[in-house]
Amino acid sequence: MSTAVLDEAAPAPTPEVIESFTVTLIVRRYNPEVDEQPKWVDYDVEMFATDRILDALHKIKWEQDGSLTFRRSCAHGICGSDAMRINGRNRLACKTLIKDLDISKPIYVEAIKGLPLEKDLIVDMDPFFESFREVQPFLIPSSKPGAGKERIQSVADRARFDDTTKCILCAACTSSCPIFWTDGQYFGPAAIVNAHRFIFDSRDDAAKVRLDILNDKEGVWRCRTTFNCTDACPRGIQVTQAIAEVKQAIMRGKP
Amino acid sequence: MWSWVLHRITGVAIFFFLLVHILDTALVRVSPEAYNAVIGTYQTPIMGLGEVALVGAIVFHAFNGLRIILIDFWSKGTRYQKAMFYVVIALWVITMLGFTPRHLINVFSH
Repeated sequence: MSTAVLDEAAPAPTPEVIESFTVTLIVRRYNPEVDEQPKWVDYDVEMFATDRILDALHKIKWEQDGSLTFRRSCAHGICGSDAMRINGRNRLACKTLIKDLDISKPIYVEAIKGLPLEKDLIVDMDPFFESFREVQPFLIPSSKPGAGKERIQSVADRARFDDTTKCILCAACTSSCPIFWTDGQYFGPAAIVNAHRFIFDSRDDAAKVRLDILNDKEGVWRCRTTFNCTDACPRGIQVTQAIAEVKQAIMRGKP
Repeated sequence: MWSWVLHRITGVAIFFFLLVHILDTALVRVSPEAYNAVIGTYQTPIMGLGEVALVGAIVFHAFNGLRIILIDFWSKGTRYQKAMFYVVIALWVITMLGFTPRHLINVFSH
């Protein structure tokens, strides 16, 4: 019988040194109390390939300039706080790895567009949430379930709107939409996605109300199918598909 | 995004062409001589090249317009939008390959 024996000739495993890189970040800074115009400021940070842009921003804030201002809460792609424009594309800073970017060039980081800039990477999200509230994103049933019973839904009915339940309201889609940039009255993709989530829910009975709200000059018909929202969504929601389904539901008059 | 940008640019360009086109055609009501004089200025090689650009814009706008209709009305349209954009480019290239040599021979043989 033979047992596995450690080959004595094998060299003792040396602790592997993980390679780190100096990455240049150019951040669009704006302090409303001092600056008249936002300005680009560059920072050099030492990063590992597996670090994220959020880690780079933390390093800047903790080690170089404590005044850098940005939102983040969970830091794991669930809360939707840290949507920002990284190298010209809307992404979540906590889901963008350094190794996925070209670090031979500086990385540009700025606030999302189309919403009023408040400070550094923070925008006023009120207009965004105002549109979200307008589509009534909550269950409106017309009947009560039987005493002690739940509202039953088949697997197929649940799957109908599964994609749009994934939204984390980070505003990456709405603030990537060229229609929203020029026309702030437009509901925007995120509000329509959240309306879609209830319009196609078999337990909900207020689809007509929501379709009426979205059948507006500033509603779904503003969508020009540029697909920017679908490309921007960090959750991979087929946003333009959802908007197209709402358009078709309005034309049919029912979900 | 780029399909939309091109669609906008070609759309605005075609609008301005139609504006001028309606004006010069309306000239025939003013006087046939004035109409002939204006149309005569179009028979130059520079205008001939301009016509290539015009046809290019219209062909793209037409094919991409069909793509947008499919995105809106075909249930699988959004899923295949990228593939359809490449089809639009391919159809544009094929159409222009057929049109441009024939047209330029006409323009430069006069």
